[in-house]
Amino acid sequence: MIKTHRNQPLWYAYILHRVSGIALALFLPAHFYILSLALNEPESLDSMLHWAEQPIVKFAEFGLVFLLAVHLFGGLRLLALEFLPWKPGQKTFAAVAVAIAFFVALAFLLRAI
Amino acid sequence: MANKGKTIKVLLSRGDNSNSALKEYEVPAKESQTVLDVVTWIQRNLEPDLSYRFACRVGMCGSCAMTVNGKPRWTCRTHVSKVMDGDTITIEPLRNMPIIKDLACDLNEFFEKWTKAKGHFVPTKTRDDSVQIISPKEKSRREANAGIECINCGVCYASCDVVENDASYLGPAALNRAWTLVNDVRDGGRIERLKAVTGDGGCQSCHSQQGCTTYCPNTLNPTRSIAGLKKAAAIATLKGEM
Repeated sequence: MIKTHRNQPLWYAYILHRVSGIALALFLPAHFYILSLALNEPESLDSMLHWAEQPIVKFAEFGLVFLLAVHLFGGLRLLALEFLPWKPGQKTFAAVAVAIAFFVALAFLLRAI
Repeated sequence: MANKGKTIKVLLSRGDNSNSALKEYEVPAKESQTVLDVVTWIQRNLEPDLSYRFACRVGMCGSCAMTVNGKPRWTCRTHVSKVMDGDTITIEPLRNMPIIKDLACDLNEFFEKWTKAKGHFVPTKTRDDSVQIISPKEKSRREANAGIECINCGVCYASCDVVENDASYLGPAALNRAWTLVNDVRDGGRIERLKAVTGDGGCQSCHSQQGCTTYCPNTLNPTRSIAGLKKAAAIATLKGEM
């Protein structure tokens, strides 16, 4: 349960950055493993790529691209917060990071389908 | 009087660290009533042994902070009408601190962390020197001024998830204090202070959730101060000063 004091936009930006980071850390070993199939088991890789053509997988990839983009732009927001002169409007920056990530992921989905 | 005869339902935390529970009270509703007014009414009329802290009642002393409907607030300047959840108001002690009794918390650790963060001024002149002229327009003075109105209420400390999960974390108030001194050109303890606020439990532990800034009743920005410390510590490290 989300405690009442956490119910503010920048806490949600924090948890999104954390969760997307953990999800990407879990995804990357699988990603590299599948890429490595190209060296030893090209047939397995081909069947994997064929499997990945399914619409449900494409939609999952949309989620993956969103997580990657939101972690990237959220990370840039945090670097700016820590190393550039302070700017008011931190909630707006967090919202902009999420919005850009959503459009990047949407652009990927539109190309994929 | 529009509120004549009306009452509000108050759920108040009673007990100590080992055994606390919410107890329900009916309190007469008044115009411009603050949360502190409610607590005081309960103590004077229903529960003479109710423990809580207050002093100035005007937002100067920082002693009356409590958790009101789940959020940390200064109770003397929080109007009941603005924080009511339906017809109910829940009043608990601040989070992240041991409860002594009822609404009174033990702030020892909170203030010990101010000491650990070297929150004391280190003079560089003696009484024989002339008074140093500091322009309020200087960048460093403006940075320091932005953080010096802290009233030590503990609201930021209670709202911080890092404090909750890391017992060694100095917390937003102590780090904000350190930042004001780092920007004080008269102070001689800059590098020692940056060392004290770096590393385990230091400024780098902050996750920039900005709960401290969201809830600070004096609208200070401890996240900005902590970000300033991170940057100052990084630059000092690169320069080989620490």
